This record gives sequence, structure tokens and C-alpha cells, in this order.
Amino acid sequence: MTRTITALLLAAALSVAALPALAQEGNSSVPPTPPPPQQSWSFAGPFGTYNQAQLQRGFKIFKEVCANCHSMDYVAFRNLADPGGLGYSDAQVEALAATYRIKDIDEQGNPTERSGRPADYFPAPFPNELAAKATHGVAPPDMSTLAKARTYSRGFPWFIFDAFTAYQEQGPDYIAALINGFSDPPSGFKLPEGRYYNKYFPGHVIAMPPPLQDGQVTYDDGAPQTVEQYGKDVAAFLMWVAEPKLVQRHRTGFQVMIFLIVLSGLLYFTKKKVWHELEAPREAAHGQDLAKTTI
Amino acid sequence: MSGHSTYQPQNGILRWLETRLPIGGLAHSSFIAYPTPRNLNYWWTFGGILSFMLGVQIITGVVLAMHYQAHVDLAFRSVEFIMRDVNYGWLLRYIHANGASMFFLAVYIHMFRGIYYGSYKAPREVLWILGVIIYLLMMATGFMGYVLVWGQMSFWAATVITNLFSAIPGVGETIVTWLWGGYAVGQPTLNRFFSLHYLLPFVIAGVVVLHVWALHVAGQNNPAGIEPKSDKDTVPFTPYATVKDSFAIAVFCILFAWFIFYIPGYLGHADNFIPANPAQTPAEIVPEWYYLPFYAILRSIPNKLLGVIALFGSILILAFLPWLDTSRVRSARYRPMFKQFFWLWVIACIGLGYLGSKPPEGAYVLISRIFTAYYFGFFIIVLPLLGIFEKSKPLPNSISDSVLPAKA
Repeated sequence: MTRTITALLLAAALSVAALPALAQEGNSSVPPTPPPPQQSWSFAGPFGTYNQAQLQRGFKIFKEVCANCHSMDYVAFRNLADPGGLGYSDAQVEALAATYRIKDIDEQGNPTERSGRPADYFPAPFPNELAAKATHGVAPPDMSTLAKARTYSRGFPWFIFDAFTAYQEQGPDYIAALINGFSDPPSGFKLPEGRYYNKYFPGHVIAMPPPLQDGQVTYDDGAPQTVEQYGKDVAAFLMWVAEPKLVQRHRTGFQVMIFLIVLSGLLYFTKKKVWHELEAPREAAHGQDLAKTTI
Repeated sequence: MSGHSTYQPQNGILRWLETRLPIGGLAHSSFIAYPTPRNLNYWWTFGGILSFMLGVQIITGVVLAMHYQAHVDLAFRSVEFIMRDVNYGWLLRYIHANGASMFFLAVYIHMFRGIYYGSYKAPREVLWILGVIIYLLMMATGFMGYVLVWGQMSFWAATVITNLFSAIPGVGETIVTWLWGGYAVGQPTLNRFFSLHYLLPFVIAGVVVLHVWALHVAGQNNPAGIEPKSDKDTVPFTPYATVKDSFAIAVFCILFAWFIFYIPGYLGHADNFIPANPAQTPAEIVPEWYYLPFYAILRSIPNKLLGVIALFGSILILAFLPWLDTSRVRSARYRPMFKQFFWLWVIACIGLGYLGSKPPEGAYVLISRIFTAYYFGFFIIVLPLLGIFEKSKPLPNSISDSVLPAKA
């Protein structure tokens, strides 16, 4: 009897793996959403670090293009000089901040504007969310955590492998794909007025117009000025924005790992030594030479 | 903690203290002289790992609370402030967030081990029930901690879970309003969740003391499932168990560190990096992984009230396990049929966990129902009947007989 039940339940467990195919039937008018192509990011893996030149290029795109519609509330100008990030000097940050106008209150209590300081946060392009919504139909999301707030389903069994390969770049992969995913809708696809078709956007109907064209942002380091490159650079920059301590985390992690592995090794041999006399009769029975196993 | 202590303080000050507060003797009899069965395997190290994790969560949590703001407009921002501007804030937060997952991983292994080796059977029923209470407190604490982040998933998980109580006929809506402190999840909800999230870990610590006390009265179960008969069957806690537990904790920390430093977002949900927005429901509302099996059970039942009863029943039924299992043999090692049904039950639990993360449609629902039926069938049908029909293997004479080679 138990054999039959075992077989039945195992069959049920295995069929779970085949379920997505069954569950996704129906609604054939919407084309499927392909998984974003996986890029090779400099910050991927346990030893990944940000590519300083790439972050600076991504920041240039943000400043010239994204920032016209998107806010980035949790990033201050001073963060551009933080270690493990864009690598600007304090003087460069001060000069950059000074090009921004920041709303403030003067000593008489009247609203005023002054030039930016490194401690100021990037000003939002709209006074509030409603104003952003009124202009664009949909409020453009804040970019502070965007690279961690976007993902795509990896599905079984890939999500299990991801724990071992340390794949944590779903967000930037998705953003880079999205920038390149705009096209005309396939025939028969009904696109609402003022919306755009994007292959990688869930449901394909996106309010953001294609934000970048080839040659739109000028690079001074010789990197190709293509949408493909722009997509990668801005996605890398947004990953830094969302996870500015990544380099510090990877470096600390390596030190902690070395410590824990050495500690575990020492504790393992300590345990062997302490338990040795208890285990001795068993070791002898398994034909081990007691003289050799003595530590 | 039982019997007279053999503790002899060596130092004058300790002797003075011992005649006034015998705390040294208590520690000595609990963690030094306490006899542990000599045949414990590494599955028995998870008690120590769990104590360690509780300590980690309390210490990191207390520091995080120094920087956190329990306000609907500031909570999300304050978490980002911790991640960006607090010294090692990113580390504290990733330890705490992944620590919750590691805590649950360890407690699930601890529970599976208890069930496999029959550790809930007489005289350890109270020990087991205290464990179920700790588990319930952990679930409440983990849930409320997740809400504090005040991201989209925090907000909507809070809405879905508190709404479960609305299924109670008659007073459901009133109870939900009372839980929320308003007519929707909002500022009063966040504030009380923060208060309770800070309180409950100390309640857990209190019940852990009772759990350890009950353990030290009854003594540990062991893989053979028979009681120690002589001194040859046991070894003193220190150094044997302390060094073994320390090694296990260090190895567990390697896994923990892998999550903290290399895949800190693996067990989280991307939607929780979007600030809470009561006007926008996420495409899917998914709880943290450690609640997924129960979420699958809830959704596999088409009636809301019955679903909620099944959800809570699936946890509470654990408290009745000592009486549902009618077999006198503890360890699965000597119960060939139980062993098979047990592993099927583990598959059902993991399967329900996977299904809980999937939308409730089509074949997912069907398989969830099969697994849910087996989950309950294991407790209500299989365990009571096995005690009557199963033919167990002969038990060893003593613990030392089970581990030492037969004399030639």
C-alpha cells in the first residue's frame, strides 16, 4: 500500500514541475513576455565591483534624460563621491551640486531658491506625485530603489540554481532589456492612446515613451553611443543607486567567509579531538588505525 | 536543572554568591554536567543554532530600532536611511532580514527532526507543545517585522493576513477593525506592529527558557528513541555537546553569510522595494517563503472561513501530535512504514511551499488540494492507524548498544 501512495505522491510532486505550461494557457491575444537577456555585469558574483566609468556614463544619461521625469529622492550629491561608487572628487561634487537650484526657506521665512550643496538630495522634477501624474498620465517611479524593485520570474528550476550562482541581477537585466524593448505593436494588438509597446514590460503597454535614441547622449570616453550601450550603462548606474554598499558588502563578505571557514575547520578538529575517545571503539571496528587517527 | 547540583565553586566570591543565589549551580547543571545521549547526530545541533539565531535577531533588531521610524510617511525612508547612511546599517539590516529566514529554516529542520525521531512522545509532550508555542510566536513576530519595512508587499501582506479574521462569522469585521486600529491598514497598525515586533522576541526568549527547562527535566531524545539506562549511554554537555554545537553553528553561519553578503535579496520580494501604496494592489501578493505552505493550504480551500480554519488548524494540529501518534516506538529508524509516510509528508510540505508562491489557478489548485489532504491525513489518519498496524523493528537494548560495534 505504501508503495502505491509513494508512487502517486511522487508523481504529483514531479507534475508540479510541468505546471507552468498548463497554467499559462488561455488569453492568446497578448504576446508572451520573453525573459530579459542576461548581461555580464561587472558587479555580479561574490567578487563583483562597479565599473566606475560605466557608472559615470549611466549618471550622465540619468542627468540628461531620466531626471527630466524621474525623481531619485534618496540619493544626495555627496553620494557621488562615496567609495565603491562613481569616484568623483569632493570638488567635482561641489561644482555639480552648484549647478542645481534647490528650494529652501530664507531667514525671513520666505520660500526661496539657492544653489545646491553636496549635502542636498537630487531635486525631483515635479513638486509632487499628482503633478507628475497630471503631466504623464502615470507618475514616473522614483529611481532610488528601482533596480531592486523590478524583476522577472525565473521559474522552476532556475530559481534554485540562482541561490548557488548568486544571480542577483534580475533588476538591471530587466531595465537594460526594457530600454531596448520598444517597437511597434504586433498586428491585432490594441494599444491605448498615448501608450507604447514594449516587449519586456508585463502586459506590453507602457506609459514611458522610448527614452533614448542612438547618439542622444554624448560619451567622452569613447564608449559606443548606442541605445544598447545606454541601456546597460543606465541599468548599472541604477543598480549603484539602489545598492550603493555592494562593493563594501562583497569585500566584507569575503573576509567573513575566510574567517568562518577557518573557524569551522578549527572547531571541526577540536570536536574530533574531544570526541575521539568515545568514537575510538567505532573507529577500531571500521578498521581505522587508532594510532594514525590520534591528533 | 533537575536534582542536586554537583557544582563546587572554586572561588570565594562565587561561593559567597552560591549560598545566596545558586545561579552558578543552575548554569553548571544545565550546560556543563547535564548528561546528553552519546548518540546524538548533527540534526540535534539545531536547538543550539536556534538559540544563537534568537540572540542574533534580538541584538541586530535592537540596534535597527534605534534608527527606524514607525510612521507611514517615514518608515520606508528610514529603512533606506539605514541601508545608506547608518554605519554598517546595510549589514545590520541584511543580517536581520536574512536572519529571519535562517531562523525559520533552522526551526523547520528542528521540527522535522522532532517528528522523525518521535521527540514529542511521553514524557516530552509539554516540551513539544512549548515548541509549537514558540513557532506560533515566531510566525507572528516574522510577519509583523516584514510589515515594518512598509513596502508594497509589507502593506498588502498586512492587509491580506489581518483580513483573514474577517472570515469569523458575526464579529469578524469588528475584530479586523480592532486589529487595524482604523478602517484600513494604516498608521495605528504600523505603530502597534512595531511595538509588538519589539515585544514578542522577549516573549519567545521566555518560552525558550521554559522549553529548555522542560528539555532538561525530561532529558533529550536521541536517534535510537530509547531512554539512557546507564552512565555509558550519556556524555556531559561540556565539552561534548558544546564543541559539537559550536562547530554546527559555525557551519550554519557560513550558509547565513552566503545569504547576507552575496544573495541578500534572494529570499525577498522585489515589490517590497516600492513604497507602500494603498491605492495600488500588486499583481501578486505573496508572503515570505516560510509561510508559503500555509498560504497554499488557505487558498486550496474554496470557502474563506474553512480556508482560514484549515490554515490555523494546520499549525495547531502539531500541538496534538503527541496523542495523534499512537505508536510507542519513538524513532523512525525502527518504524519502516512511518518512515515512508514521514518523507511523503515532507514532500507535501515542500510542495505546498512551492504552490503557495504560484497563482491559485488550474492544476496548481488541484495539486495543492491533494497535498493539503495528505498534510492533514498524515496526522488524522496515518499516525493513529500506524500505531495499531505497523510492525516495528526490534529496539536496541541500550544507547551504547546502538552505537558501539557488537562484541566479537
